[in-house]
Amino acid sequence: MLDFPRWKVWFVIVATAMGIVAAIPSMLPEATRDQLPGWLKNTHINLGLDLSGGSHLLLEADTADVRKQQIERMEETIRTEMRRASPKIEISDISTANGALSFMPRNPAQLDQAVDVARQQTNGVGIGGQRDWNVAVRDSTRIVMTPTEAGVNYEIDSALETARNVVAKRIDPEGTKEITVVRQGSDRILVQVPGLQDPEGLKRLLGKTAKLEFKLVDLTADPAEVAAGRAPAGSQILPLQEGGKIAVKRRVMVSGDELNDARQDFDPQSGNPVVSIRFNNAGGRKFGRVTAENVGKPFAIILDNVVISAPNINEPILGGSAQISGNFTVESGNELAISLRSGKLPVALKVIEESSVSAELGQDSIQKGVLAGILATLALVFYMILTYFRFGVYTTIALFVNALLVLGLMAIFNATLTLPGIAGFVLTIGAAVDANVLINERIREELRRGRHTIQAVEFGYKEASTAIFDANITNVISAIILFWFGSGPIKGFAVVLALGIATSVFTGVTFTRLLVSQYLQRNRPKTLNL
Amino acid sequence: MRPLKFVPDNTNIAFLSYRWWALGLSVLLLAGSIVLVAVNGLNWGIDFVGGQSIRVTFQKPVNMGELRTRLEGMEVGDVVIQQMTDPKVVSIRIPLDGEATNPIGKCMGQGVGKDGASDDSNSIASKVRGELVSAYPGVDIGAVNSVSGKVGCELFSTGSLALALAMLGISLFIWFRFEWQFGVGALVTLFHDVVLTFGFFALTRLTFDLNVIAAILTIIGYSLNDTIVIYDRIRENLRKYRKMEIEPILNLSVNETLSRTVTTSMSLVITLAILLFVGPDTIFGFTASMLLGIVIGTFSSFYISAPVLIWLNVTSDSFLQPDATKAGAERIGESFPDKK
Repeated sequence: MLDFPRWKVWFVIVATAMGIVAAIPSMLPEATRDQLPGWLKNTHINLGLDLSGGSHLLLEADTADVRKQQIERMEETIRTEMRRASPKIEISDISTANGALSFMPRNPAQLDQAVDVARQQTNGVGIGGQRDWNVAVRDSTRIVMTPTEAGVNYEIDSALETARNVVAKRIDPEGTKEITVVRQGSDRILVQVPGLQDPEGLKRLLGKTAKLEFKLVDLTADPAEVAAGRAPAGSQILPLQEGGKIAVKRRVMVSGDELNDARQDFDPQSGNPVVSIRFNNAGGRKFGRVTAENVGKPFAIILDNVVISAPNINEPILGGSAQISGNFTVESGNELAISLRSGKLPVALKVIEESSVSAELGQDSIQKGVLAGILATLALVFYMILTYFRFGVYTTIALFVNALLVLGLMAIFNATLTLPGIAGFVLTIGAAVDANVLINERIREELRRGRHTIQAVEFGYKEASTAIFDANITNVISAIILFWFGSGPIKGFAVVLALGIATSVFTGVTFTRLLVSQYLQRNRPKTLNL
Repeated sequence: MRPLKFVPDNTNIAFLSYRWWALGLSVLLLAGSIVLVAVNGLNWGIDFVGGQSIRVTFQKPVNMGELRTRLEGMEVGDVVIQQMTDPKVVSIRIPLDGEATNPIGKCMGQGVGKDGASDDSNSIASKVRGELVSAYPGVDIGAVNSVSGKVGCELFSTGSLALALAMLGISLFIWFRFEWQFGVGALVTLFHDVVLTFGFFALTRLTFDLNVIAAILTIIGYSLNDTIVIYDRIRENLRKYRKMEIEPILNLSVNETLSRTVTTSMSLVITLAILLFVGPDTIFGFTASMLLGIVIGTFSSFYISAPVLIWLNVTSDSFLQPDATKAGAERIGESFPDKK
């Protein structure tokens, strides 16, 4: 045991040196770190939001809304396709209740043809060759289309993916900030923005789906009917922003999908904040055509199913740009412009978890945590040296190497250091001490039994190893389970704990054994003062 | 100069002869903990029940009565306001209005599905933040946490699951490494430690949040650390002194490892005490429970883990049965037979 093979000595030295080098960049201020060579610059520990300050939002998508939209879109498609079919199929009694779309061909003889047309609208999803819709005939007269499980999941998945992109674009249009926007589970999106203290603006920005539509106002509707919420055929009743209701045509003139740009601006006449938008070519042409056909009539600007204004078309708008006015402040106008530029969210998102930490509090936590770490280390060093003398010095060296190795490994994995992580770090110092205490106590015992110095050391390491191994495995088990189930900060704790256990076994057993064996071989002491 | 030794060489304390007293004490503490948890309940953090917590640093020490009136005037629910050791720092907690403040009843019964509360919870956080910023210029909103009831229940169930799995996993590992009696001993020890920790939280009313789950898992780890070191020595001594009775073997093993137990526990207590008094106050509950866990863990490894082996009839033969042929082969020439 005491004669270390040369390769093993080198292995210990190289591993230790590498760990220490990797630990260095994390301790340098950011400006200095940037001057390091590339590979070393990127080897550093990330600070969790609880230490760096910042906001964390967990958003949940309204999946019921996705299902509803899926059926509504299919209804639209079926109406169009049945009209286009040749011969044309007239359908009636369309229903979208109970999570299914059902309708009847007016002419029962066309049932088979209608089923064919309906089947053509379904697509294969996944690898199993499954379709996204089931088409069935009920009572030999009615066609029922139900989205399959796979179809719904596909729909939710693609809505979430789009939503994730839109969220990222809204928070960081230039794509330069270090934000995190990731999917979590099937219907959630996690947003982390370091440095952001007040997430209110962020929540407003993500709270709107920003579905913008331009529709013509239905002037034929009877005001009494509108007030009662009953719309004429082909129209719908929408609430007005300033209160009241208005009937608008169902058909969309042009929508927010056809925008090129949106900016917060000021109305040249009144000086009030407005949002100016510019359509893309197709959108601009459409808008020009419809306004030319409807001069003198009002149209509605609809945002998230609320009519924000319904101005009159004074002349055809051919330039492809328009202005939205409606009680904006500079701030809310700007938020709307950003939302419109990023596109609409395919599904409404709801904040279900929020946490934000100010940079001052984070800084304070780091300082106190580091101070506690330093004091704890000093106290332990003092205690170890008083208890084990020379072996205590070895333990101390092992402690420092252990601390550097934990930091180095965290840097190599680009792990995130959180507040519980600091606690975990301080605790691994305690764990590292335990390995050495076990060994040193065992050596003492063997010496008491009258063994020779070298033999006592040899036995001490050998006999203590099983206990060290078994005891650390239990900690590994808790660390793994914590990592598996934990979220955010707890995960940080688990990572530090797991790394600390691994390194403390290395430094406590292998590293100190190397130091001890060097001492024994050089000095060949007759007695050990232990 | 002699090295520092808290435990003199060749200490021989008959720990195990006090085992009935210790058992009495344990049963008393366990019963007390269970009663405390049942009557007092735990001070559940918003992680598990939903709601919001806001940590605020004011420019100067704030008038608590005024702050309370102001927040209560906003009609956001039952506000819990607490001043930290620094009088400028105040922690505000607002549970979800009209919902149970105990996740056990809430998450297992009805009412989880209605997640309308999540929207409220979030807008309340916004409202309180806005009010504070406008009423106390220069205030620093240190941290805001807002959790919906649904997420709270999820965290509660994953937390409970993690705890149960860790206890089971560790016990299985010990069964695998030692004998089934040792596995049972470990499980009983873990149960004892966890229940007492719950009792501690019910007694002190410290917030029981997600960090505490991490603390409990760490306590389990360290308590088992002690238990394993002693078990390891028991196994060794059972093999070495084949003719000795179980009780003297347990006493011998506890005494032989006593110096290590004391030194390690002292190191951990020093570390944790420093973390408790110097470290950030945001992890106070975490550190406090860990400190207590070290004490409970040391006690239980002496008086729960070890005596269980007597009660489960562990003898020196326990380690022979699984590999009797191998052990028999090694002992050719020795005077005693392997099996009775």
